[in-house]
Amino acid sequence: MAKIKLAKSKVDTLVEICKSFDNDGAELINVLHKAQETFGYLPAEVQEIIARELNVSVAHVYGVVTFYSFFSMVPKGEFPISICMGTACYVRGAEKVLEEFKRLLDVPVGETTEDGKFSISCLRCVGACGLAPVVTIGERVYGRVAAGDVADIIKEYQS
Amino acid sequence: MVLVWRNVSLMRLAFSKEDLKMEKMIKLTIDNKQIEVPQGTTIYEAAKQLGIEIPTLCYMHLGDMGIEHKPGGCRICVVEVEGRRNLAPSCNSKCEEGMVINTHNMRVLNARKTVMELMLSDHPFDCLVCAKSGNCDLQTMAHQFGVRELHYKGEQSTYKVDYSPSIIRDMDKCIMCRRCETMCNDVQTVGALSAVNRGFESVVAPAFEMDLEKSTCTYCGQCVAVCPTGALTEKDHTNQLIRDLADPKKTVVVQTAPAVRAALGEEFGMDAGTLVTGKMVSALRSLGFDKVFDTDFAADLTIMEEGTELLERLQKHLDGDKDVKLPILTSCCPGWVNFFEHHFPDMKDIPSTARSPQQMFGPIAKNYLAKQMGIKREDMIVVSIMPCLAKKYECQRDEFKVDGDPDVNYSISTRELANLIKQANMDLSTMADEDFDNPLGESTGAGVIFGATGGVIEAAARTAYEVYTGKTLEKVDFEALRGMDGIRSATVDFDGLPINIGIAHGLGNARKLLEDIRDGKSEYHAIEIMACPGGCIGGGGQPLHHGDSSILKKRAAALYREDEGKAIRKSHENPYIIKLYEEFLGKPCSELSHKLLHTHYFDKSNEIEIE
Repeated sequence: MAKIKLAKSKVDTLVEICKSFDNDGAELINVLHKAQETFGYLPAEVQEIIARELNVSVAHVYGVVTFYSFFSMVPKGEFPISICMGTACYVRGAEKVLEEFKRLLDVPVGETTEDGKFSISCLRCVGACGLAPVVTIGERVYGRVAAGDVADIIKEYQS
Repeated sequence: MVLVWRNVSLMRLAFSKEDLKMEKMIKLTIDNKQIEVPQGTTIYEAAKQLGIEIPTLCYMHLGDMGIEHKPGGCRICVVEVEGRRNLAPSCNSKCEEGMVINTHNMRVLNARKTVMELMLSDHPFDCLVCAKSGNCDLQTMAHQFGVRELHYKGEQSTYKVDYSPSIIRDMDKCIMCRRCETMCNDVQTVGALSAVNRGFESVVAPAFEMDLEKSTCTYCGQCVAVCPTGALTEKDHTNQLIRDLADPKKTVVVQTAPAVRAALGEEFGMDAGTLVTGKMVSALRSLGFDKVFDTDFAADLTIMEEGTELLERLQKHLDGDKDVKLPILTSCCPGWVNFFEHHFPDMKDIPSTARSPQQMFGPIAKNYLAKQMGIKREDMIVVSIMPCLAKKYECQRDEFKVDGDPDVNYSISTRELANLIKQANMDLSTMADEDFDNPLGESTGAGVIFGATGGVIEAAARTAYEVYTGKTLEKVDFEALRGMDGIRSATVDFDGLPINIGIAHGLGNARKLLEDIRDGKSEYHAIEIMACPGGCIGGGGQPLHHGDSSILKKRAAALYREDEGKAIRKSHENPYIIKLYEEFLGKPCSELSHKLLHTHYFDKSNEIEIE
């Protein structure tokens, strides 16, 4: 018997989220969105509760969580960095920008720095191709980013 | 005897007839042959009606279960539709008026071969030692397409091989046909498997990519039964068996499940439904087993214990006991036991506590027979031949061991036995018929029909009727309990007392009956549940039936034929069962019976601990 540990308040919140979507298994993606918005990420325990409440298998929930790059099973950093890897950004050097973020912060894509400050993820087209390559940190958007700008951008958040 | 049908599928039938009337017909040409099919028919199905087999690695049509798996994923089934730029996957392309289709022209062959080569570029080349070799659809097709070299080199998947007590997952060999997912989720509603991750990283796995053993898997083995490659195979105990048979210090006894005799012949080219009971006994003896016994004997014993438990609960219910648990559920099927332990643990006190026949045979052999033969428990190896993969796990359950020694040491599947017989250079079809050894080889017709859906409850009804009413049953065939509908029900008249019986095979169907019980809507007194569609005859360890339910029907018919031919057809009349109770057990559900022949169940669900 596997035991799942989760604070009661968190379980209650999740139950409420599922209820707001009528505990309908077809609403799984919406429920996961809401849950990630609330908790910041989707650890195994959260997926177990969602599966139970929506009456779908945990394997199915995990399948959806791992399919969409938006969903994360690790907590994102205080300042989540997203580098657009859409076609326009890619051809204008997004990969070099990504490499520079990885090198300076010493974390791979999808993970968070040890101090919990930064996490790196890739996304596909933010719809601002005119500004390519695009980087977002939290709500803030940086356009026409070059690898040489990366150190300065990071510095803005390190003080 | 009054038997009343309550066929739950009548509604469905009525609807499909209505649909038929309104169907529009489509005319098309496939490989220069004209055909007319109802609108909505796929090119693959239309070609099949013309006798044209289009190769495929992912498509699967399980007629009687109403399951059609057509993800269009493998791309092997592509055909040319004249006038279209691209080839079309025939399994999920619908026929259109006037279509002209080529299923095997050179353009198609070329494309298929390329698809195959791409698939093989990420497939291990260990056919020489692969468990599926010789029975692998991928291997057969690569040969058929004349693949002699690979023109593509690319990244190779490297997954850890996942060894569970029953099933081995080697995902490097998976081609993402996703048939296993359909069996696990849609047919069985077990939900252990799902496609996870994305792109090249995608793989079919349990939640959080945990090992199968830690997941909700029931080991029913239906995924193994449909896997076209060596990605899903059974844990093979053949080598262990060969070692034990070669060891002169060990007394090796074997028990064979009822469903094995109705399917083993298929592995030797015999028609489905050929009974090979006598030949199988003869082959087992030639392999060197010291005693060849029958699980059917233990099935008779199961009826004595389970039937008594049913009547005890029924009597309490009739006496007004409100706490008594009804319906009683059968407990012979280890896949089903795993299912309710994982998915319905709140109902674990409803199934009968009687062990399965396999696990009744073990303790009788090691406590009663060993003494008679004058050998020590530790020198006896009990092997079972089973149509089932969950039985392998069942042998290893801690509650079925004494000081670490399993009551049944291990179980081998029908397929493994067929391979061993071939390895020993024997041809089953030419073997003489021999009889089982006694005392644990004598069985009644009631024990034989355990292998088909509805058989256990029919066997129980034969004995329970006579014990309850004190009268002789005129007609032992309860035809209303037979058949292949997923959920069936019938009322059996126990001399004025109507007994409502439910039957489900396939865990998805079982789930429906269980949900009714949970909601207090069930009016049954007794329910038989078998995890595999068709019952044990369709088990995960049987020769592959490729979803052809006519094979299952023939296997079931063979068992009913064997039942009919038996001199004794009621478990409580088995002379060796009577003797066993006189000499050893006392009476059914006695203290010793409870110790040796009954069990208890566990809550295996995920417990959510709230801090």
